[in-house]
Amino acid sequence: MVTVAAVWDALAEIPDPEIPVISLVELGVVKDVSVKDDAVRIDFTPTFMGCPALESMRRAMESKIAGLGATADINVRLDDSWSTDDITAEGREKLREAGFAPPAPRQAGRLELVHLERGFGFRCPYCGSTSTRLENLFGPTPCRSIRYCDDCRQPFEQFKTI
Amino acid sequence: MSDRTDLLLSLADDELVLGWRNSEWTGIAPFLEEDVAFSSIAQNEIGHARALYELAAAELGSTADELAFDREPEDYRSAPLVQLRRLEWARTIARHWLYETADEIRLASLKASDDSELAGLAAKIDREEAYHRMHAEMWIDRLLATEEGRARLDEAVDELWPYALGVLDDGLRPELRARAGARLGRGLPEVEAVPRGVHGAELTELWEEMTSVRRSAPAGSQW
Repeated sequence: MVTVAAVWDALAEIPDPEIPVISLVELGVVKDVSVKDDAVRIDFTPTFMGCPALESMRRAMESKIAGLGATADINVRLDDSWSTDDITAEGREKLREAGFAPPAPRQAGRLELVHLERGFGFRCPYCGSTSTRLENLFGPTPCRSIRYCDDCRQPFEQFKTI
Repeated sequence: MSDRTDLLLSLADDELVLGWRNSEWTGIAPFLEEDVAFSSIAQNEIGHARALYELAAAELGSTADELAFDREPEDYRSAPLVQLRRLEWARTIARHWLYETADEIRLASLKASDDSELAGLAAKIDREEAYHRMHAEMWIDRLLATEEGRARLDEAVDELWPYALGVLDDGLRPELRARAGARLGRGLPEVEAVPRGVHGAELTELWEEMTSVRRSAPAGSQW
């Protein structure tokens, strides 16, 4: 008999396909797990909707659950239930160590370009300086922007806040 | 077909076709940052289309891929604005900004819908669209800052305005006119909207390219 805790532990071993320093659980995309006999239901939210890693995440979860001797029913939630605020504190620290600046918290109001252009505490993941500026709203994947650090003169990847 | 499915397909077709048009800049945009930006925006729009097609497919007993690629060009509900092939920068920016402005108005009304599934999806889409809007607004600032930029933007906006109106239902058009006018500091032409369902040769050409792989291999092929 598979337990809910065993399922969470197994899912915590799955790395994000694009940023393998962080697990799916640390990314916050697993919203709920329930177990009935040998059937495991996992509620899962996509990060960015055009993310090509979604299918590979789904397959990785199915294969992990099969490894526990159960079958997975993955329910994809297409609603507003995932935010970058759901990335765990451990996950954020791992991102920073790997050179990805973790996302700023969600703002209460409308997100404006002026919030991103200068200041507002966007910190360089290499030297810790907050003298950074926006280079491009878009980056190598949908979830990242490109910023530049005026102190250590390095461009770096900044997680977008969603 | 229910009104809901019809609405979902209109939204999905807009996002798919615009995503395709945006992807035409991949590799040839005026500079690298815009190459990355338009490619990324295209990826997002096609991701939104997929989610919207999935909701429609659940009602129709179909799949997202079948809805995206197995219909005939005349069955697409996309607005003519997104169908135009405009590989010229001022028009690309004008179309991008007009579409994102119209889409924000449309998403706001969907987020307030009683249909919780549609409202939830609209809210998720809107969080990504916020970045598209910021990108478009940045370009409007840049173009309005010089005389030549202003002239080229004005010309492109006036040309595309009847198409932009056609993205929205009648009831939402006055808001688009008010927002666009306020941003540009001028009035927009009093013209008839080019409605949905008007398809020119440009959509057929796009459809032939977009569906060519799908049509060359039977459904269910393994890659």
